[in-house]
Amino acid sequence: MTSFQDTPVSRRLQHVRHIIIVCSGKGGVGKSSVSTQLALSLRASSPTTRVGILDVDLTGPSIPRMLGLDGHPVHQSSDGWVPVYSDGSEARLACMSVGFLLKKKEDSVVWRGPKKNAMIRQFLSDVRWGDLDYLVIDTPPGTSDEHLSLMEHLAPVHSKLSAVIVTTPQAVALLDAMKCLSFTRATSLPVLGLIENMSGYVCPCCGEISNVFSTGGGEEMARREGLHFLGSLPVDTELVTLLDAAEPPVSDTPSTEPSEKSFALLRRYQQTSTAPLFGNIVKEILRSLGEESSS
Amino acid sequence: MIALQHAAAIPDPLSIPANAPEHCPGTESDMAGKADACDGCANKDICASGAAKGPDPALPFVRERMSSVKHKILVLSGKGGVGKSTFTAQLGWAFAADEDSQDNLGVMSVGFMLPSSRDAVMWRGPKKNGLISQFLKDVDWGNLDYLLVDTPPGTSDEHLSIVTYLRESGIDGAVVITTPQEVALQDVRREINFCNKVGIKVLGLVENMSGFVCPNCKGESQIFKPSTGGGRQLAKEMGVEFLGAVPLDPRIGKSADYGVSFLDEYPDSPATTAYLDIIEKIKAQLEDD
Ligand SMILES: Nc1ncnc2c1ncn2[C@@H]1O[C@H](COP(=O)(O)OP(=O)(O)OP(=O)(O)O)[C@@H](O)[C@H]1O
Ligand code: SF4
Ligand SMILES: [Mg+2]
Repeated sequence: MTSFQDTPVSRRLQHVRHIIIVCSGKGGVGKSSVSTQLALSLRASSPTTRVGILDVDLTGPSIPRMLGLDGHPVHQSSDGWVPVYSDGSEARLACMSVGFLLKKKEDSVVWRGPKKNAMIRQFLSDVRWGDLDYLVIDTPPGTSDEHLSLMEHLAPVHSKLSAVIVTTPQAVALLDAMKCLSFTRATSLPVLGLIENMSGYVCPCCGEISNVFSTGGGEEMARREGLHFLGSLPVDTELVTLLDAAEPPVSDTPSTEPSEKSFALLRRYQQTSTAPLFGNIVKEILRSLGEESSS
Repeated sequence: MIALQHAAAIPDPLSIPANAPEHCPGTESDMAGKADACDGCANKDICASGAAKGPDPALPFVRERMSSVKHKILVLSGKGGVGKSTFTAQLGWAFAADEDSQDNLGVMSVGFMLPSSRDAVMWRGPKKNGLISQFLKDVDWGNLDYLLVDTPPGTSDEHLSIVTYLRESGIDGAVVITTPQEVALQDVRREINFCNKVGIKVLGLVENMSGFVCPNCKGESQIFKPSTGGGRQLAKEMGVEFLGAVPLDPRIGKSADYGVSFLDEYPDSPATTAYLDIIEKIKAQLEDD
């Protein structure tokens, strides 16, 4: 066994410091929204942090929409595919998704496993990320072909990998989260921790908290399995709307303004009630990675 | 810099075997077994001989088995976690309780069945493609009124396989489930596009988790705001029937967790009314054919 395998993927990712894989057992629990929030928050963690977000959900890519980048074309340069920057000219939040490669928004990707595998390999080896502090990878639900391909191609950079597991509190979701955990164990993927999402809903009329998808199950599972519990996030309707209809950045018209100002999505995100809660989660993650946050 | 080529320019997905390599030209193509991609493919000889052209030899057996099942319905969702399995379960309960179909009772020999196992069977998408054809051709389904097939989210290998087999044995169509927000709807567009591509009729679209009624103040609010018009608007846009909207009732999830019929348990929930209405519409569609 060699300690460093030289592959196109390892060469491409050698200037990426940490790779964080976001997964869940069940679908629709909030992987993509957690990935998006993680990418936004990490980018905001210091004025120079550079973050990439790679969407390997090939049949249901959500990241372009959530970052307000729907319909952006991807360009090819002599040094590979150029990612789409969601913060315009500042270029500290780079994004790649199969969603950018589809011509019409209703186009579907119907591929057998081998073809998906090839697409993922290409995403990992051909995207010109540049130097990144963090690469966040959003995955499809479950542990599918996509996950197996991902682990296979990332094997040469295994020391940079870690995972975050997202679940909702109800029994069916926890059951599936356990499968996800077994997958990380089987592939020796270190788990940074578990996030319980959609835990409780505050009625906008009377303020009463309803546990629409039950509550507390994630924390209990974390304790039982010896996982770090990163925190729980309530149902936040403001967040749904923000991630649903995020406006495109003003990047196409490069301005001399500091783009921190023009990165409206981040600004609007920071005003949601979820942002401070997620901030604590990010602190925990940074601590686990040995990157104490400066603030 | 040049814009990238369209990623979905591919041969008919149904003609690519599960074990084929990345650039398989499709078994129906003139290049089958002869293309560069075919080198090293396990099917090379059989494809080159022309024997792989034409229908799968398992098809007649599947067709035969399926001929005693009156209605076959696929339950699909684009996005995960929108309530597809819960809906399939409740639909199963409702069909099983239907007075009209009590004569054709078959006793099923597979798992995942309704406890009263009368005339509806639910089936969760098995992992392996081989298992799918085996299931369809080797299990004696007996005389069923309904076969409901619950599938994983998205458009995966399993979908291709099941569609290949069921299409040949006369599937009624697919019911697509979504939630109201745009990130879910964009996956529904892809799912309907998939149905069109492979020739499966869309029986209609169900919008789940539309609105939440607070148990305390009875005030209704939207958790997943339909920021682009929700399922109703999308159905119109894509030319499919809108079957109805089911509000979020936390008790629904619990019923599914414990395997009981929500419809019987909570007859006064607005969600029950919505479910029954949708089931009526689906039945009406099936009778039209
Ligand atoms: N804490 C939350 N409060 C309210 N809505 C949320 C929350 N987290 C996620 N959502 C919303 O729930 C929906 C599903 O989330 P998301 O798309 O992130 O799930 P996913 O796990 O990526 O789904 P899939 O399995 O389909 O990829 C989205 O509309 C998202 O905006
Ligand atoms: S031999 Fe060629 S055509 Fe036949 S399955 Fe393999 S790749 Fe496809
Ligand atoms: Mg997702």
